Amino acid sequence: MNALIGPILELGEEVPGGRLLDPRATPSPVTRPRPRRRLGPGDSVRFGWLLGPFLLLLAWSTGSAAGLIDTRVLPAPWTTAATAWALIREGRLPHDLAVSALRAAEGFAWGATVGIAVALASGLSQLGAYLIDGVVQIKRSIPVLALIPLIILWFGIGETMKVTVIALSVFVPMYIQTHAALRGIDLKHVELAETLDLGRWAFIRQVVLPGALPGVLTGLRFGVLAAWLALVVVEQLNATSGIGYMINLARTYAQSDVILVGLVVYALLGLSSDAAVRFLERRSLAWRRSFSA
Amino acid sequence: MSAPVVRVRGLVRRFTLRGVLSGLDLDIARGEFVALLGRSGSGKSTLLRALADLDHEAQGSGEIIRPERLSVVFQDARLLPWKRVLDNVVLGLRGADANARGLRALEEVELGGRAQSWPYELSGGEQQRVALARSLVREPELLLADEPFGALDALTRIRMHALLRRLSEIHNPAVLLVTHDVDEAIALADRVVVLEGGRLAANLITPRLGRRVDPDDAAALKDRLLGLLGVKRDDDLEPTLTFQSQPAPPRGSRHPPAPAAS
Repeated sequence: MNALIGPILELGEEVPGGRLLDPRATPSPVTRPRPRRRLGPGDSVRFGWLLGPFLLLLAWSTGSAAGLIDTRVLPAPWTTAATAWALIREGRLPHDLAVSALRAAEGFAWGATVGIAVALASGLSQLGAYLIDGVVQIKRSIPVLALIPLIILWFGIGETMKVTVIALSVFVPMYIQTHAALRGIDLKHVELAETLDLGRWAFIRQVVLPGALPGVLTGLRFGVLAAWLALVVVEQLNATSGIGYMINLARTYAQSDVILVGLVVYALLGLSSDAAVRFLERRSLAWRRSFSA
Repeated sequence: MSAPVVRVRGLVRRFTLRGVLSGLDLDIARGEFVALLGRSGSGKSTLLRALADLDHEAQGSGEIIRPERLSVVFQDARLLPWKRVLDNVVLGLRGADANARGLRALEEVELGGRAQSWPYELSGGEQQRVALARSLVREPELLLADEPFGALDALTRIRMHALLRRLSEIHNPAVLLVTHDVDEAIALADRVVVLEGGRLAANLITPRLGRRVDPDDAAALKDRLLGLLGVKRDDDLEPTLTFQSQPAPPRGSRHPPAPAAS
């Protein structure tokens, strides 16, 4: 790119301030102007986002090695890693992880399925909306966690209660996003469908559902996060297995390294499930410009 | 003359505050290409939407007879972004040969090679050509086009004009082209009607010699149309043949732009 191009002039033509020079004939004294100040945040580097976490880890390691951090408060990174390895070899971590993951998956599956189904009923018919939407909006204003005492009374303190709480937490964002997406269908597409004489079912299948898919996937991402949040809470309540149980037990014995391992596992679960949903998004939304590249 | 495919009598459309159409009459013959001109807000789109049966909310009265097979081309191509080009063309099309017909329609608009592209991969002009293919693959008896080239650049628009004229000669639907572009109306249509005050204020036959319009006749016609649309002579800066002659009868007597009763 040449930023110096001005109006198109013939070589040798008189211009205000002198003659237009032929750069092939005479070595033109190109005076480069002062480089333009760039105002954007700067170029991105691959894996650049790891810098912050790496520095944090470095500070943690040096702090532990120098004895600046009390190991009872925060065990050294290598102690945590060793504990994690020991927990894996004993089989405790895999077992608790499996229990937690299954619990979350079960609650998520229920919440997502019911959320989408109910959203379809209220998103596709006005009567359905009148019947359902008000109820869900009221339910939405009560935090799921506030319902736990009632749910314990109804279902006891076993697995059913835990799965129910997770499912309820997933249901809300799933419903909200799906319903909004179904109602937000572009009116222009509705008109188009009318001019093409699409039947009601073809309209729903070819226009409404694909159009609402991005919203459904957003709901899934919120739902996944809600599932892990609810999992952490219900596992603090009288669990006898699972990552939360492992953490609670460790608290009783003041094993801060085990607690740390549990937290790392929660983080990994959250990150990997979010990545899974994003992968699903990329696969199913190939028609979107932003996902192609 | 055979019975018109479109027959509108006493069409009234009201929106909450102002009346938009007040007793409009319009006939369109089978295969006739009619351009509908009007200032913005004159109700061009209202008429088109009434003909397309898209004006669910509008209040009004009047008689509309329209053919069963009717296609609409909008100003935006209105492709479904989640369907590939061919699937957009055959959307709602029934029959086992739908895909083959869709491909043929795409080839007609010179996009046979883009059947499996996503809409976002096409330029604005290409998207509008897909929309044209989607409307023509249904072999409509009436094609309603609401400023279909309004969003395109000038060069693309010229090519689209030729394409639309050619395809409408092949498929021979009656066409109602809503536009605010006088040149476009003259270049494409057999007949130009002007909507003013809720009725058709003028009804002018385009002096057509085969596919082209005689430049002098066109200039005279443009002169008249611009006058009807309220454009003053001094407002027109375009370096065309416009206003070269007085709006007196054009030279020669080939199809003078005779006003017909509206």
